[in-house]
Amino acid sequence: MSAAPRPGVAVVAFPGSNDDGDAVLALEGLGANSFAVWHGEPALPPADAVVLPGGFSYGDYLRCGAIARFSPVMAAVRDFAAQGGPVLGICNGFQILCEAGLLPGVLRPNRTLRFVCRDVALRVEEAAAPFTSRCEAGQRLVIPVKHGEGCYFAPPDLLAELEAHGQVVLRYAPGENPNGAVDDIAGVRNRAGNVLGLMPHPEHAVDSLLGSADGALVLGSLVDFARDRLLAAAPQPAGARP
Amino acid sequence: MRATVLVRPKAGILDPQGEAVRGGLDHLGFRVREARVGRVIDLELEAGSAEEARAALEKMCRTLLANPLIESYEIVLDSEGAG
Repeated sequence: MSAAPRPGVAVVAFPGSNDDGDAVLALEGLGANSFAVWHGEPALPPADAVVLPGGFSYGDYLRCGAIARFSPVMAAVRDFAAQGGPVLGICNGFQILCEAGLLPGVLRPNRTLRFVCRDVALRVEEAAAPFTSRCEAGQRLVIPVKHGEGCYFAPPDLLAELEAHGQVVLRYAPGENPNGAVDDIAGVRNRAGNVLGLMPHPEHAVDSLLGSADGALVLGSLVDFARDRLLAAAPQPAGARP
Repeated sequence: MRATVLVRPKAGILDPQGEAVRGGLDHLGFRVREARVGRVIDLELEAGSAEEARAALEKMCRTLLANPLIESYEIVLDSEGAG
């Protein structure tokens, strides 16, 4: 029996991204073949999942993520998502996905106007593929945040829609909301469920040496899903299955 | 052609920056009930007519300069070339 295949996970590097390296490293450690893709590429290399990492793309000018959404590679990311490919946006990646319209809502400056950098406790609201299949609903995760503009906002009608369709995947635990996000929302997915954005950084919590390994549950879920996609796309010849 | 785009946080949207500015003014002894902080974007653009410029500016605002979920915008066209 051969080892499980390593699915390809593309991590898009924008000018000003600074967590692309950590994301690649974390995904590699979780069994993916992960590689960075420069934002100026007109196409994505073959990949089973895409990650938009944290950082300060374009210096956060105008609004966070507002300029990065027009990077050449984003058309390919949009197509990938439209075909059901899993796309995960972390922090600045979340902001970019919101600005691109791939996720509902918007991230605004923290209510305190302070940059927050600390571990926060989260509650898993939806435990399902592709991003939280390794978690249980109601599970408490500890994952760090580090952002100045992570205050999730959606108007009331949109919020009701998100709740009705189970699109709020992660919430800050009671009393843990670091930025004033509406309804303690820390992570949101699209209606189809294949695009998720979250403010906490799972790639910084993949080993107990880092203080928590809870981020590995999120990224590991994504790698599991990506591997299933890889296997589905390239069926084994008869007799080769374990 | 020169134009100015004013981008403001929509009414009802919490504006922590404006609130901080109001607090600062308060410390200086100014009694200000509310302060809201937006953005000013001065542009110099190529356009054959004011209508053409306005159409382009509308598109710029909707696609990049403002986020319609939280911000309103106002376009001031300086078609006389003054200023």
